[in-house]
Amino acid sequence: MNQSLVIKDLHVSIGDKPIVKGLNLEVPKGEVHAIMGLNGSGKSTLAKAIAGHPDYTITSGTVRLDGEDILGLEADARSRAGLFLAFQYPSEIPGVSNANFIRAALQARLGEGEELEAVDYYHRLYEKMDMLEIRRDFTARSVNEGFSGGEKKRNEILQMAMLEPSYAILDETDSGLDIDALKIVAHGVNTLKGPNLGVLLITHYQRLLNYIVPDQVHVMMDGRIVHSGDKSLALELDEKGYDWITPAELAAA
Amino acid sequence: MSEQTDTLLTADYADTAEARDATRIADEPTDVGLPRGLLNPPDAPSGQGLPDWFLTSRAQAWQSFEALEMPARTEQAWRFASLGKIKLQAYHAPLPVAGEVADRLIERSVGNTTVAGKMVFANDALLDRRLFSPELAAQGVIWKPLEAAVVEHADLFRKHFMVQEAVLGSQKFAALHRAHVRTGTFLYVPKNVEIALPLEVFHWLSGEAGSSFPHTLIIAEAGSKVTLVDYFESDRSEETGFACAVNDLIIGPGAKLTYVCAQNWGEKVVSFQINSTTVERDAAAMSLHLNLGASYARLESLSRLVGAGGRSDMLAATVTQGDQEFDQRTLQDHVQPHTTSDLLYKNSLSDTAKTVFAGLIRVQPEAQHTDAYQKVRNLMLSDDAEANSMPGLEILADEVRCTHGATSGHVDDEELFYLLSRGISHKAAQELIVHGFLNEVLERLPDAHATPKLGALLAEKFARMKRQQSPAA
Repeated sequence: MNQSLVIKDLHVSIGDKPIVKGLNLEVPKGEVHAIMGLNGSGKSTLAKAIAGHPDYTITSGTVRLDGEDILGLEADARSRAGLFLAFQYPSEIPGVSNANFIRAALQARLGEGEELEAVDYYHRLYEKMDMLEIRRDFTARSVNEGFSGGEKKRNEILQMAMLEPSYAILDETDSGLDIDALKIVAHGVNTLKGPNLGVLLITHYQRLLNYIVPDQVHVMMDGRIVHSGDKSLALELDEKGYDWITPAELAAA
Repeated sequence: MSEQTDTLLTADYADTAEARDATRIADEPTDVGLPRGLLNPPDAPSGQGLPDWFLTSRAQAWQSFEALEMPARTEQAWRFASLGKIKLQAYHAPLPVAGEVADRLIERSVGNTTVAGKMVFANDALLDRRLFSPELAAQGVIWKPLEAAVVEHADLFRKHFMVQEAVLGSQKFAALHRAHVRTGTFLYVPKNVEIALPLEVFHWLSGEAGSSFPHTLIIAEAGSKVTLVDYFESDRSEETGFACAVNDLIIGPGAKLTYVCAQNWGEKVVSFQINSTTVERDAAAMSLHLNLGASYARLESLSRLVGAGGRSDMLAATVTQGDQEFDQRTLQDHVQPHTTSDLLYKNSLSDTAKTVFAGLIRVQPEAQHTDAYQKVRNLMLSDDAEANSMPGLEILADEVRCTHGATSGHVDDEELFYLLSRGISHKAAQELIVHGFLNEVLERLPDAHATPKLGALLAEKFARMKRQQSPAA
């Protein structure tokens, strides 16, 4: 079976407005791919649509995880199938402690009548928190409430570490981070990287890619991938901007 | 708890013996005829040596009850209330429970793990009473059922018993309570005595169409500190019943009282609770009502701030399902200057449930420098549920700070998606959000010893809701 996240001819609309217009992409397990593009190119729409956000209508195309089409599944089932989205703007859930939230997510992966073992759970949780330099008292705090930008992003990576997805989409995880926070987040992702995880990084800055080195870089414009290359493409984009990617290439894509 | 309890119980032997007496009374039903309807004059209580004033007050209360009209929806105090759900003729006066029922209910009266004392009542008869720490009795703490207090602490009892009239609409039901009341909790905490652990009281309703008149009277003297938790529970959730509870909390200068009531009657019970709290100089009251049970539950809560520097926090968390109705009326009455009140009521509404909140902040002319806050939040989980909010202000002083607000909203779609995206099912996600919404109320409780059981009761309620939503499962 194909061990990849495969997106084929994907079209996504918000209301009547098409945003993603025939996107093709394959992220094999064990690789890190980056999607770069300007604001409005459809990057975040792609991420949310794949995760199953109800505001985004998939009008055609397929998204397969290891061969299984996930578009017929609800958002929660997509997550349990192995997909993870690190949000650009994570929600705050007042009154729900971070520890209970992550525990509920893990509990959702167990069968009927199975209970998460509390001691093991906290042991693992603390281990991952240490890796991400998250203070212990964050377990008792309400999910993302009053967290700084950097704390929210670290909390996203913590969830990823605990849920052990097969494919993770990181939507502008670098935005709003100072360099120290960026290094911690990158360290987290690099630690989780491996043969059992495919990563799709969405960003518009090359900066993140100094710390998480991609196997491939894709350029997204007007709802499509218009150019792909190796990690040097990110540097090229950083230097020259996006204008050099000609309409001809766009048409050819 | 049990091991430690047993050793301490010996030390408190006198108390235990008394409790056994009370149990024996409850064991032997004397009424063998037909149960007496609630609309007949109540029997005189069987307790020995009850003072005349008490018996007279019961008889007078019965006359008042008969003389007062049933409330009508046209009265402001009963606006939106489903008065049709209150059918007093359907219930009989409290009947003693059989011995094996009593044993079962004592066993089921499990609250928090670390408590200072406990009483258990069923159908208005004392089944069990304990005070786990002998020092408390030595310090002068009185922890007795009402029928003992009225005899043994006559002056103290009479000075405070139902002195504050019901002012929020339930005068008739307060009279009914006074006419029927035969037991309840009497707690007296002497000056500067601090009780670190909560005291817990269970009131059980048992038997179809039964009734109960739980009573709680707490007197916290100057500089004292105490927490009491009342649990209202039904033996069998499918039984109908009528409960009419009164509690009076008197908080002396500089004292701190936390009062928690978990109203968890069966969902066919009609419930009244009439609460009044009197907060003296520099005293602090915190009340938290967790409202889960009953088909119609009326909660009237009055806080009177009668001494400068007094503070009252009034909290409620309410979870509805089916066609439950929670009718909440409050008054934050600022009598003296430099007083603070802070009310937070949260309702989660499902199915065709209904809530009513009518709350008044009254700042009397002398009460300058009052801080008064009132916040009601309704979380609408169903389009067929109905939340009515009627906040009100009556400000007769110039230098005051008052805010009030009532909001109703649905579960936030982005919050929900965030939880779904982590693999949590729609139902579990919604439950987490509701939990969080209510937790913001429970977290305000300063006494961590009193909270675990509240969490457990909430979880049970959610489990019941889940079962009703998917009867096949």
